Amino acid sequence: MITVNNLMQQYGDRRALDQVSTDFPAGQTTVILGPSGSGKSTLLRALNLLSRPDAGTLTLGTQTIDFSQPIDQATILAVRQHFGMVFQEKALFTHLNVLKNLTQGPIKVKGQSKAQANQTATALLAQFDMSALATRYPYQLSGGQQQRVAILRALAMQPDYLLLDEPTSALDPELEAQVLRILRDLAQQKKSLIIVTHNMAFARAVADKIIFMEHGRIDYDGSAAGFFNAKDPRIQRFLHAMTF
Amino acid sequence: MTDFFHLAAQYLPQLFQAALTYTLPLTLISFSLALVFAVLTAMIRLAKRPDTRIGRVLLGGLKGIAFFYVWLFRATPMIVQLFIVFYGLPNAHINFFANAWVSAITVFSLNTGAYASESVRAAILSVPHVQVEAAESLGMRPRQVYANVILPQAARISIPPLSNALIGLLKDTALASVITIVEMFYLSQQIAAENYKILTMYLLAAFVYAVLTTALSLAQHQLERYTSRFAQ
Repeated sequence: MITVNNLMQQYGDRRALDQVSTDFPAGQTTVILGPSGSGKSTLLRALNLLSRPDAGTLTLGTQTIDFSQPIDQATILAVRQHFGMVFQEKALFTHLNVLKNLTQGPIKVKGQSKAQANQTATALLAQFDMSALATRYPYQLSGGQQQRVAILRALAMQPDYLLLDEPTSALDPELEAQVLRILRDLAQQKKSLIIVTHNMAFARAVADKIIFMEHGRIDYDGSAAGFFNAKDPRIQRFLHAMTF
Repeated sequence: MTDFFHLAAQYLPQLFQAALTYTLPLTLISFSLALVFAVLTAMIRLAKRPDTRIGRVLLGGLKGIAFFYVWLFRATPMIVQLFIVFYGLPNAHINFFANAWVSAITVFSLNTGAYASESVRAAILSVPHVQVEAAESLGMRPRQVYANVILPQAARISIPPLSNALIGLLKDTALASVITIVEMFYLSQQIAAENYKILTMYLLAAFVYAVLTTALSLAQHQLERYTSRFAQ
């Protein structure tokens, strides 16, 4: 379980996070929804310390990070071991082929042998029917394939949580479906997923929990069923805007 | 014309030998060192502000030195730098530079490094930030991010400007003649002074430079083809 408490982040005169407190249960899929600029990505990136809120705390198991204090390099690296991340932009390492993209982290960060990392990566590629892509470079892949490989790269690190920051927003519908299929499989396997998305149908299908944000604040934090049946006019407005 | 070919057959082997003995070693040794200076300087100038006070003071000092170094070597002509190092410093009892090779390599590498550092800095800046974040999110340390992600990608981007610098340096090694190194151009001057075939000898020297720079351009082309395997 991950818990955040009273996260505050200010960008100029805009409050990106405003007293954000919530938790992310293990083994569940948490979907973060909200209009653009509502603080969804900022919250996601705060979890693996890619962005640092000005104040508030992050608790992972027994370890608590206080954002109002300086955070040393060892702590940052230790926190990041818990997370894998998939970005909105295409973020595969362009100078490495697919197999090497998958093995770079385990070899360099986890100290695995090349043989061991190759074995894990090859098994992952096979599991998701992507063995044929192993020797291709990122520019030789479609957008959907790139994002699926990015998901496997994150999984190769065997993280406790997988963070996904609008992983399909740059893809056309057909490619989006390829990526969503793999995420649905992971959700069914009870992996711990935290996903920022604008795809309501997908959120409805996979979310165990929904966090709805607006203006840096959490306006809804609860079950997916509760969210999609909520009477709150702000949620109704959002759902209406996203549906039509 | 027959005379030209006769002189070419007679002197080209000597000029090529001088190029292989002096021009190429001067170029390759100086360029290797220049690359080290360039990468270090670019990394220092792009380094992020450390969290600790002592780190900030140390980095501030290094950034100041890097900025001054680049400014100094771009602000003055290379021939003046050669004169200062080879004739000036030994005059101030810094005898390490009394050796012409040491002086030449020092000036060539520092001068080329200063210019190349800007090419390397531009190449590093052109690596998309999401590549850095992807590496950081895998848990890589800053030096691992540099070694495994930023520098390999920046290297490909910097091949054309660095190749320019290498070709420029090869031609600039002719300046070593002013500090007594009998490199290829100096040799052509000496032969011209003996046989009075001034135009022919300088044309032959130009031909040798053209052959060498063409070889480097072809090598650049091959290197670009090789590295384009991982990018469109």
